[in-house]
Amino acid sequence: MKGQGSIPILRVGSTLLATVHVELYDTVAEAFQQDVLLAIERTGAVGLIVDISGLETVDSYVARVLADTGRMARLMGADTVLCGMRPEVAATLIRMGYAMEGVKTALNVDDGLARLGASTGPLGKGRPA
Amino acid sequence: MSREVLSSVVMPIAGEDDVVLVRRRVRDLAQAQGFDAFATAAVTTAASELARNALVHGKGGRATVRELNEDGRAGLSIQFQDQGPGIADLERALAGGYSTARSLGLGLSGARRLVDEFDIDSAPGRGTMASITKWKRLY
Ligand SMILES: Nc1ncnc2c1ncn2[C@@H]1O[C@H](COP(=O)(O)OP(=O)(O)OP(=O)(O)O)[C@@H](O)[C@H]1O
Ligand SMILES: [Mg+2]
Repeated sequence: MKGQGSIPILRVGSTLLATVHVELYDTVAEAFQQDVLLAIERTGAVGLIVDISGLETVDSYVARVLADTGRMARLMGADTVLCGMRPEVAATLIRMGYAMEGVKTALNVDDGLARLGASTGPLGKGRPA
Repeated sequence: MSREVLSSVVMPIAGEDDVVLVRRRVRDLAQAQGFDAFATAAVTTAASELARNALVHGKGGRATVRELNEDGRAGLSIQFQDQGPGIADLERALAGGYSTARSLGLGLSGARRLVDEFDIDSAPGRGTMASITKWKRLY
């Protein structure tokens, strides 16, 4: 799935998988948020996995971008799980007082998919309850 | 106790890209000096907060990045200077949870908690000088 930004967004069944592997600064962050929201609209995805295992530094700005992206996706009906936060990133955020409340997290992408209860089958309108 | 400056580089902070460059340089130097992943993330993140503050609130400035050695112990210090409006209520800004930018206001207080030494000097009309130092863990 190709958006305007440099962060790839893949579809896995009814879930979108975005892998953040570049530094999220202003322009990249904005493009990323827009790409994610457009992809949700286009695919009707009900879940969003954001893989941040490639991020070595998450400052307050990037933390806010990630949390906001999850909230935006939530408004559109897609549940978001932030996956793969590195130990040093978790330690740094908590020491700074950024608890990232309200953001679902998982150790890795597999756990994140499990957490979403994601069906990896084809996307359908109206997933069975 | 003798503190030696091994290298010193001045970097401009005039745009978003400069914040990225400062962050990258701090990370590279911390890794080159053998900082562990936690200390590297801590000093890099603190530098990122202060660089962003200098850009956003201070209307741009510069960072001086220094490699230090104190009796065989490696350290990294970064000084941020801007000629912006300065911080009127420094105590409040340092306490955290205070922002004039409708943000969370955790950058300054958070940066302070992430480093070993923290200095700030600011007054309305005089700009802001903030300085952080992080030492490599010895054990
Ligand atoms: N270099 C600066 N020049 C002028 N004012 C500053 C500077 N740095 C910080 N401030 C003031 O101190 C406040 C607190 O800074 P702090 O970095 O903690 O929060 P913030 O930048 O508003 O939000 P964030 O949590 O996104 O960093 C700012 O809102 C601003 O008013
Ligand atoms: Mg700030």
